[in-house]
This record gives sequence, C-alpha cells and structure tokens, in this order.
Amino acid sequence: MAYPTNFRYTREHEWIEANGKFATVGITEHAQESLGDIVFVELPRVGDKVEKGKVFGSVESVKAVSDLYAPATGTVTEVDEELTTAPEKINADAHAAWIMKIELSDPSELDSLLAADAYESYIKEETGH
Amino acid sequence: MSASATLRKTPLNDLHRRLGAKMVDFGGWDMPVEYLGLIAEHMAVRTGVGLFDVSHMGDIQFRGPGSLEAVQHISMNDAARLQAGQAQYSAMLYPGGTFVDDIIVHKFSDNDYLFVINAGTREKDYNWVRSQARSFDCHVSDYSDYYTQLAIQGPRAQETLQKLTTADLSKIKVYWFTWGTVCGLPNTLIARTGYTGEDGFEIYVPSDPATSERVWKEVIEAGREFSILPCGLGARNTLRLEAALSLYGHEISESINVFEAGLDRFCRLDKGPFVGSEALHKVRAVGGPERKLAGLEVIERGIARDGYRVFDLSGNPIGAVTSGSPAPFLKKNIALAYVPRAFAESGTEVAVEIRGNPVKAKVVPIPFYRRPKKASPAASI
Repeated sequence: MAYPTNFRYTREHEWIEANGKFATVGITEHAQESLGDIVFVELPRVGDKVEKGKVFGSVESVKAVSDLYAPATGTVTEVDEELTTAPEKINADAHAAWIMKIELSDPSELDSLLAADAYESYIKEETGH
Repeated sequence: MSASATLRKTPLNDLHRRLGAKMVDFGGWDMPVEYLGLIAEHMAVRTGVGLFDVSHMGDIQFRGPGSLEAVQHISMNDAARLQAGQAQYSAMLYPGGTFVDDIIVHKFSDNDYLFVINAGTREKDYNWVRSQARSFDCHVSDYSDYYTQLAIQGPRAQETLQKLTTADLSKIKVYWFTWGTVCGLPNTLIARTGYTGEDGFEIYVPSDPATSERVWKEVIEAGREFSILPCGLGARNTLRLEAALSLYGHEISESINVFEAGLDRFCRLDKGPFVGSEALHKVRAVGGPERKLAGLEVIERGIARDGYRVFDLSGNPIGAVTSGSPAPFLKKNIALAYVPRAFAESGTEVAVEIRGNPVKAKVVPIPFYRRPKKASPAASI
C-alpha cells in the first residue's frame, strides 16, 4: 500500500491532507491493518476544538480500542457520519475514508509531521521488519 | 533482540507466518490471532467450518490402577460416571474451592485418563497434579509436546473431517471420542469437543512439523467446498464469549469459586470429598455465593471490554467485566461480569464505565448464543 505523498503523518498513525487553511484527517493503512476489523468509531462533533497531539476520538476493532490524536490544532468543520454505521469503510480504504475535516489554526504546524517516506521508515522500525 | 525469541512455538508456527497471520504473545506462546480477519473467521465457524491450531493446550495422562481415584481427588466433576471413550468438562480446584484451571477429562480405559489443560497454566497444572496425585497408585505424564492439537469447528466440521478419516464421525456423540486413521495416521484421537459453542472435533496428531503441516493442509483442502478458513485466537475468543464459555484468568481464577462462576453443574459434591469440596459445602451452607457471573448486553452505544468497571444506576461500583467484546455473529456488544447476586437477575439494568462514561447495559441470560438444534438428515435434504 502506497502512502500518498501529499499527506503528512503522525507517529500515532493518523494522516492529514491540507488544502490551504482546511484539512482532512484519517488513520493510516498501517493503523487499520494493525487494528483489524473496525467496528466502532467515536467521532468528534462539528464545532469541537481539537488540539495537536490531543485525543479527539477513538476507533475500535473487535479486539482493541485505539485513541485518535489530532495531527494539528483547529476546529472541526465536518465529520464522516457514515462511519457510525459503516466503520468498515476504514478497513476497505484507509487513505480514502476520512474521519474529520478541520479548519487549521496554524497550517505551518504540519511542517513538524512526517512525510510519506519518513512515515514508512518509521513503521518499518516500529514493527521491526 | 526481538521478544518473540523467548516465546514458545507450536509445530505450525512457520506455517502460520507463511499464511500471513498476525501473531501475538498468548500466555508465553507465539500464536496466530487472525489470518484474513477476525469477523470472517468467526462467521466461518458459525456458518461453515474453521480450523484452529490449539497445540498450545497441554495434555496430562494418568496411568495405573489408582488413576480414577487420583482423578476424582483432583477434579470436581464425577469421572466415575465416564465410560471409556467419553469426556467431561471439569476443573481442578484449590482447597478454597477456587480454580487451578478448567480441564477436559477423557477416559481412555479404567486405568487411563487424559486431562486437556490450558496453555498458560501448563507448568502450574502439571506441578499441581504431581503434588496432588503423589499418594495414589498411578503414573502422571506430561504429553503436551507430543501432540499437535487441531480444532475443526462449525456446522460443516463433520463433513470436512469425514473425508479424511475411516472413523464414522456420525457415531461420535458430543463429548465422546474415538481413535481412527486420520490423513493416513493410525490411532489418532478424534474428540467431539471444542471451545466455540459450535459442533466440531479436536484431533491430536504427532507433533513433528512436517506431519502437522500435512494434516493442516489436508483439512483445509477437505473444507474448501464449505469455504473453510484458518482461524486465530481472536475468533476463538469471540466465539467462546458468545457461547459464554469460561476463560482461565478471566471468568475463572484462583480468586473465583465454582458457584460464583456458575459452573455448579460440572461440580459433583455428591461424589464424595475432593480438593475444594469442603470449602464449597461451606459456601452452599451459607446460602451460596455473594457474587455471580452475569451476561451483559450493552444497550447504549459503546463496547465493554475486559476490566471495565460496572456500576448500579445510582453510580455505585458493583463489579467488573471479565470479558467483553463486540459479538460478530450476534451483532451486539456483550460482556461477562461479576456482580452481586441481586444484580445478576435477567433484565437488571447496570452501567459499564466505558472510557470514563457510564454506558447502560442490561443483564441477559447466558449463553448469549446457543447453536441451533441439528436437523435430522431427512429434514435437511
């Protein structure tokens, strides 16, 4: 699975795709693969403030629960309500299935996140492969 | 150094890795948790057939004229009721009436019994059996490493395994076993047992990797027309939870007694004294246990998981979840929890603390899942 080069990545396995002051957030292919069948997504609410590095929701597979960490600070403008009834969308295509859209407080925050190649090296290191 | 270097491996470990299974440390064993996906594996067992490597389970054999006496002394069910070729669910208890481990007792002959025990408790169990059986005229052996144990489970398990054996599987009743040729291997133990709440068999084949892999592959081939899937411990756990089967370290442990766990029907106090019986008579004399294992169905949005706390609707803590998970077949979020007896009645509403929030659940009868009664062959045409 290729990691899109127009995304930035967190060490907690979220991706973010910025377009000016707005950005879309999801979890990575590696995250969905490690979690297995996803059965539950706890979404933030539109209007919520999310803060870089802080928990904004959670995603649960049959086996485990995993917190979602905001890749950047901002205000939630949209969430994918379909994930409430079809959380398996994330398993099907993690890089297309977005969780929330935010208005960024400071787009330059993304500079400190990992680029695709750095993220791929990071997960290789983490899994010891 | 990788942590897996110190984990124990079954003879099928290489095969699991080649199949791309996700591996986990399960009680010191490097075991497959899932192959293609837990939900698909779970559904295969409920609707077709699944194959599990359960070679991490242990096997302790009793031989000699004092075997029955020893077995009766250290296990709570009544092994004197077993006929040769029959098995029973049972447990070994501490003197306090709490669990050393739950076991399946197989009677091979009057002087020959086999305990199948849990993986994580193998050494503890074997040492316990050795210490407790010392005064009886029998020989106790640990045969755990001699067998690769495969579980073939699901409504199509019989049809799958029948292709590979000369034994007439339709003649084996639930919790009975026989010896037959399986995949060309003579005298293979074939038991109609399992841990999924489904019909199925467990077979015990020689533990060399080549034979183990050959049998595994032949079972997969035989089950292909029923869409057989290799299944990991993830599905094994959700299957047994739907069937409300106890898991050592969760529903049963050294701090939980038989009556709390609701396993009364497998505990025969009327058979005479055994390790733990005196304490259980006392529990019964004071009117039974104060807490009971209850089945919970989460009725608000949320998944109850192992260790989550349970409260009454006024917010007082009353217990904890021992096992909790989404139930893939039932499509509900279910849990087992110890609660005071007054709360264990079906229909009682409680709250499970899920990630800081109280989420409503109600007590429901267990098992959560009961497999449909088998239709007669005539009716199924």
